[in-house]
Amino acid sequence: MTAITPELIAQHQLTSTEYRKIVDILGREPNYTELGIFSVMWSEHCSYKSSRLHLKKLPTRGRLVVQGPGENAGVIDIGGGYVIAFKIESHNHPSFIEPFQGAATGVGGILRDIFTMGARPIAVLDSLRFGRLDDPKTGARNRRILGGVVAGIAHYGNCFGVPTIGGECLFEPCYDGNPLVNVFALGVCKKEEVFYARAAGIGNPVIYVGARTGRDGIHGASMASAEFTEESKQKRPNVQVGDPFMEKLLLEACLEAMHTGAIVGIQDMGAAGLTCSTCEMGSRGAVGIEIELDRVPQRETGMTPYEIMLSESQERMLLVADKGREEEVFRVFRKWGLEAVEIGLVTDDGKLRVRHHGQVVAEIPNRELADEAPLYDRPHTQPPRAGLIPDLPSAKVQRTLPALLAAPDICSKRWIWEQYDYQVRTNTLACPERTDAAILRIKETGTSIAMSLDGNGRYCYLSPREGAKLAVAESCRNLSTVGARPVAATNCLNFGNPERPEIMAQLVAAIEGMAEACAFFDTPITGGNVSLYNETLGEGVYPTPVMGMVGTLKTGEPVTIPFKNANRSVILLGGIGDCDDTRFGGTQYAKEIVGELWGLPPALDLEYEQRVQFAMRKIIAEGLAESAHDLSDGGLAVAVAECSFGPAEIGALIELNSDLRPEMLAFHEGPSRILISTEFPRKVAAIAEKYEIEAPVVGVTISKGIEIRQRTITLGAWEIAALRTAYQQALESHVR
Amino acid sequence: MKFGVIVFPGSNCDHDAFYAVTSNLGQKAEFIWHDSNSLGDCDAVILPGGFAYGDYLRCGAIAKFSPVMRAVRKFAGEGGLVLGICNGFQVLVEDGLLPGALIRNRGLKFICREVRLRVETTNSPFTNAASKGQILRIPIAHGEGCYFADNRTLAELDEEDRVLFRYAGNPNGSVNDIAGILSRERNVMGMMPHPERASDALMGSSDGLSVFQSVLHAVVKA
Repeated sequence: MTAITPELIAQHQLTSTEYRKIVDILGREPNYTELGIFSVMWSEHCSYKSSRLHLKKLPTRGRLVVQGPGENAGVIDIGGGYVIAFKIESHNHPSFIEPFQGAATGVGGILRDIFTMGARPIAVLDSLRFGRLDDPKTGARNRRILGGVVAGIAHYGNCFGVPTIGGECLFEPCYDGNPLVNVFALGVCKKEEVFYARAAGIGNPVIYVGARTGRDGIHGASMASAEFTEESKQKRPNVQVGDPFMEKLLLEACLEAMHTGAIVGIQDMGAAGLTCSTCEMGSRGAVGIEIELDRVPQRETGMTPYEIMLSESQERMLLVADKGREEEVFRVFRKWGLEAVEIGLVTDDGKLRVRHHGQVVAEIPNRELADEAPLYDRPHTQPPRAGLIPDLPSAKVQRTLPALLAAPDICSKRWIWEQYDYQVRTNTLACPERTDAAILRIKETGTSIAMSLDGNGRYCYLSPREGAKLAVAESCRNLSTVGARPVAATNCLNFGNPERPEIMAQLVAAIEGMAEACAFFDTPITGGNVSLYNETLGEGVYPTPVMGMVGTLKTGEPVTIPFKNANRSVILLGGIGDCDDTRFGGTQYAKEIVGELWGLPPALDLEYEQRVQFAMRKIIAEGLAESAHDLSDGGLAVAVAECSFGPAEIGALIELNSDLRPEMLAFHEGPSRILISTEFPRKVAAIAEKYEIEAPVVGVTISKGIEIRQRTITLGAWEIAALRTAYQQALESHVR
Repeated sequence: MKFGVIVFPGSNCDHDAFYAVTSNLGQKAEFIWHDSNSLGDCDAVILPGGFAYGDYLRCGAIAKFSPVMRAVRKFAGEGGLVLGICNGFQVLVEDGLLPGALIRNRGLKFICREVRLRVETTNSPFTNAASKGQILRIPIAHGEGCYFADNRTLAELDEEDRVLFRYAGNPNGSVNDIAGILSRERNVMGMMPHPERASDALMGSSDGLSVFQSVLHAVVKA
């Protein structure tokens, strides 16, 4: 027996107080296996011990919410007897250590969360952050991580057969040693066919299905709950290896087995593997679970109980079936060539009892283990402040636009998304970069859904509260721009070390900002993920909350970004907006041209934002918009250019009536603005008036080139082909 | 008419092919599981896209040993119409029902993109509804779609008018821009692009429907 020493406890990242709590719960000292079990369940990754207190502030209820946080995914009613299940997850730490497998298994994990609910996954989106690709010191490594992550996502999603249809990808030095890989997945099923991860029925068999258990991924959850150091590379064996083919079989077999009606509850084995799935299913159902590890299919010989319980081998599921109907379940899994083994049963004593060779090797009350993890109100002070306003050079708009279009954050991400199969299942109504939100038709209901992922670490660094609100506003705006009504959200909170009060302050403020905005837009958060300790060698990432927003719309040809015809009015819904030196500090202009970050993010007025979005949806509903694109990174000038990159290469002559400095006018990133082209400017004006928003006609579409004027002075005039080349070739040239 | 859609473990465009020939073309269809020994009463059979058996070892290398492939070979031998799309094409070349090989894309990356295909012959049950030289907009989505064959095979394909489609703008390095070919008896075809993904205007193109319409014409006429 391994002795439980203070060193061993510390190695398991448990504090002495946490250890005393374990002793209290058990009424005795834990053994080595139990210590391991507690350490993973009480890790930050699994227990949310630093964030739980604040996550309670998020709105989670709504008319359409079928299932809020607490299950494997949130579930929303989309009408017609169907629901969608969706969630976002991070796989940041593994993706740094082993980019390809780290990202691949991130996709695998979130897909299992979706089909565990009984829903067939039909969409994946990803939100990625990397260090600068052109950095002389770290660029080569960052390029390798980018290439590996994208290939890993493609490998898993393409083989599994789920389209990866959108997302975002941004670059900052703060992500050098700590890339962010957040993957969103969404599935669909009939409302009455939703499954829950709840054990029930004393005496019912507990069945293990899928891949065999190996020694991979042991302590993955704990790894994700610590900062990185120089030694982190040695944690490479902690990263799991994914097999998308196995996952595809598991998907088909699970959905088919669910249809037999013989399954009571089901949960995937993700973080903390067999440990988490057993105790959480038991805890949710207020029952006990007893398993015999000898029966667990194993890939390697001589595995200890500790290793079996903590393994994070991929593509495994745990399910509880109706006693007497096991054979119906086994038959389905046999058909798909998968192992399905009864490893235990549901008991009435509320305990997780683990046997090995018949001997009890762990016995822990499920509820205390799963739900009574330590809860911390960690001290939080003020978020760090950014620097003062630097001397602002006045760069010419003419030269700046091509530079911004080639900037890594703004340029086309085609090199990434062409590696993803974005069309499989034939529901994708617009290819990436054609619309601000991804759109999928739901064949079963005849309606469509729209999705968007948004986060802006620069804004959030300047003001976590405002930055989080801006992310919510933008994700809603992306949906409104294609005519979809935002209905629900999921979030992924990527932050540094919460034990540092200034980092904790960022987390608290961001959650509060997100809560306020989500409540305002009536988009409850139905689940999500918190990833803390995103630090390497003491350097934290920008606070990066990522919003995944989901909305509904009618099925039809979508309103896309590019201008379609010349001689159409170009209207800026929401108006030209305002900006000053302070509010200019988080923009792409500040980043790429000035090379600094200062001040505050753009000012957001939630009321006004919502009116702009109402107006936009009305304009689309009435069929008045020929094109629509919301203004975000790079502001108005970048948006005009992006609207000109359609197959027809229709450009625009823009005339702006404003006193802002030219570079501010062209590139400020004030929210609540959408650029549309229309044949019916008067009807659009009437709608704008009704919603009390500004909607100046800022120009006209033309068959050749782009020109932007401030009143009568030309700020810049460009050939579309030249801008397009800068925009489309930048990433590929950075990657090489 | 009735299409059979083969389902290997790992097929993932089976539902899409089924939807295209039923909802878009308006015909009957049936899924056929890989361990099946018969194709039933199907008039034509589709080997859909995906990653059959995980495509481990080599694309299609394991699939050719599945029980259903015996039935497919028999069906093809009796003149039945066989369509291999993407992974289905890879299975057919592994099996030897079609000549040549499909190797990794030039550039070594998976590519998902709409491409332009030129119809090279209309003398086939898969292109009789198209016109020679017609350009079809159909997407590709593959990592190993670079067609390769030796010079003698290539010469044969040309002489016997067995190249169905060529890329107008080669995306993957395929030799002679070949995107789809026919068997010598002209009843087995393989193509890397996905016509089932371009069978509905909502998806951006319905040019792919002409492949299935051609099959329908051929079957109804026969």
